[in-house]
Amino acid sequence: MTGLTVARIGPGATVQDLGRGGYIAQGLSRGGAADRLAILEAAALLDQDPTAAIELPPVPATIRFDRPARLALTGTPMTARLDGDPLTWHAVHAVAQGQTLSVSPAGGGYGYLSFGGGIDTAIRLGSRAAHLAAGLGRALDSGDDLPLGDDTAGRTDRVLDAGARFAGGTLRILPSAHTALFSAKDIARFQDTAFVRAPQGNRQGVRLDHDGAPFATDGQLSLLSEIARPGDIQMTGEGRPYLLGPECQTTGGYPRIGAVVPMDLPRALQAPPGAALRFRFVTREEAMRDHLSDDRLLAALRGKVRRLTRDPRDIRDLGRYQLISGVTAGRPEGQEPDP
Amino acid sequence: MPDPSALSGPSAPPRLTPLGLDGLLVTFADSLDEAANRAALAFRAAVDAEGWDGVTETATSLASAYLTFDPGRTAYDGLRDRAADLLDSRDWRDAPLPAGRRRFTIPACFDGDHAPRLDDVAAAVGISRDAAIAQLCADPLRALALGYAPGQAYLGDLPPAWDIARRTDLTRVPTGAVVVAVRQAIVFATSGPTGWNQVAMTRFHGFRPDDPDRPIAIAPGDEIRLRPVSAADLDALSPPDGGVEIVEIAE
Repeated sequence: MTGLTVARIGPGATVQDLGRGGYIAQGLSRGGAADRLAILEAAALLDQDPTAAIELPPVPATIRFDRPARLALTGTPMTARLDGDPLTWHAVHAVAQGQTLSVSPAGGGYGYLSFGGGIDTAIRLGSRAAHLAAGLGRALDSGDDLPLGDDTAGRTDRVLDAGARFAGGTLRILPSAHTALFSAKDIARFQDTAFVRAPQGNRQGVRLDHDGAPFATDGQLSLLSEIARPGDIQMTGEGRPYLLGPECQTTGGYPRIGAVVPMDLPRALQAPPGAALRFRFVTREEAMRDHLSDDRLLAALRGKVRRLTRDPRDIRDLGRYQLISGVTAGRPEGQEPDP
Repeated sequence: MPDPSALSGPSAPPRLTPLGLDGLLVTFADSLDEAANRAALAFRAAVDAEGWDGVTETATSLASAYLTFDPGRTAYDGLRDRAADLLDSRDWRDAPLPAGRRRFTIPACFDGDHAPRLDDVAAAVGISRDAAIAQLCADPLRALALGYAPGQAYLGDLPPAWDIARRTDLTRVPTGAVVVAVRQAIVFATSGPTGWNQVAMTRFHGFRPDDPDRPIAIAPGDEIRLRPVSAADLDALSPPDGGVEIVEIAE
């Protein structure tokens, strides 16, 4: 055995990476992790390139390690225990062969389990990501074996501050395909409306509820089907907004009032059911102010990685730790913060 | 607030529309229009052929070309200006179809349970069942755009009399089903509920996720011609090819 065994897992958990490009013209959307930032954070913690991870919608999972491994926990914080010992979220940990990880969700967003060397399932159409809407791959099931790639780095016990991005908030938007079809009054009302992330939602899209009149455009039932993208906010026939997710259709006939800017999209798609969401149109200049391409974002995240200081109260078996010198393999002193 | 120009209502096509931070749409029509579809295909092909710096992916919808880019490396204004220049450089509605297209001839059975709505469709068009089959198979249809499911092509245009509304009661159709509505036909690349009318069945599957070389058979601009076969002949065909014959189209 060369990796992990999924002992138990809830419905809807999948292997995800940054998705696949190049197939929009042929009807296949990018897919990939709902929270791309969580994949990049895991890469920073594991000191490696972005890899495929297990994406957990809010469902529990029990994973058995069939070999020693490094484990990074990112995305929406969940309760994680390794053979019963609590593990810090947004951190990377060493796991011994035969140990068992149990994860249980506390809120409603996506958690990510990433591993040194990454999950090494077959690449299909340039990605390991399951795309359930397209019929590509499938959800993980109890009893699945997942191979891991070669782990060429060795660093563990690092942590990263993921910030407050798991409770909704105000999202910056820019115009999209049909913004010009909405009245100025509705554009203003849209920005003044408090939305709530509805329980209905999946990787294709998430429904947003609000009090008040629906949002509609003139003649929206006869719109020509047009390119649709993750982050677009579309109005269904009833004028109810849906935030499109990574597995959205590539084209659609519902009008899109705006598009969430890429840097806010992880927070948008991580908002748990019941979270408050608001939208604010910004200028392109304002959206660009903090925008980073994936590689520059990853470089910035690598600079945020810090040593993980353990709370002795969380350590059940102090004897397992080398307390005298404070030095263990792969954890040299005097390198704080990490380069 | 959004750019004031985004609030003044859409201008007449052709027009450029930004999509979020990292997309640009070049729209040639606001309703289904063969020349606009051809313009979109030709515009995308021209961008691809020029290999624009910073453009990470291109696509087409029914009447638009779509460009996406990495805004961390490529400024929107420069890309928009370059697209505007290309747009002004010729009459895209007169552009020929791009090179490298293929024609798919797909065996289709129009009998019995394979065509549950063929009689209704023929009545709506105002012709006999046999005439409806003949019209559907007469000329190759163009893959105007792909969407809804990977590899699923919207084929058109059928003659004006085929402007049949979608049904409000949805029926489940299997992969390979031929459905029609609104002057278009689709060979379903997945199975699912639809308001379109099933008029034939094929064994052709447009999405082959396990085929590493060509997981999606049809590209926008390709042509599809249906060839009527008996139920017995259809049964002898197996997916994903389903007896398809593919030829390069000589321009």
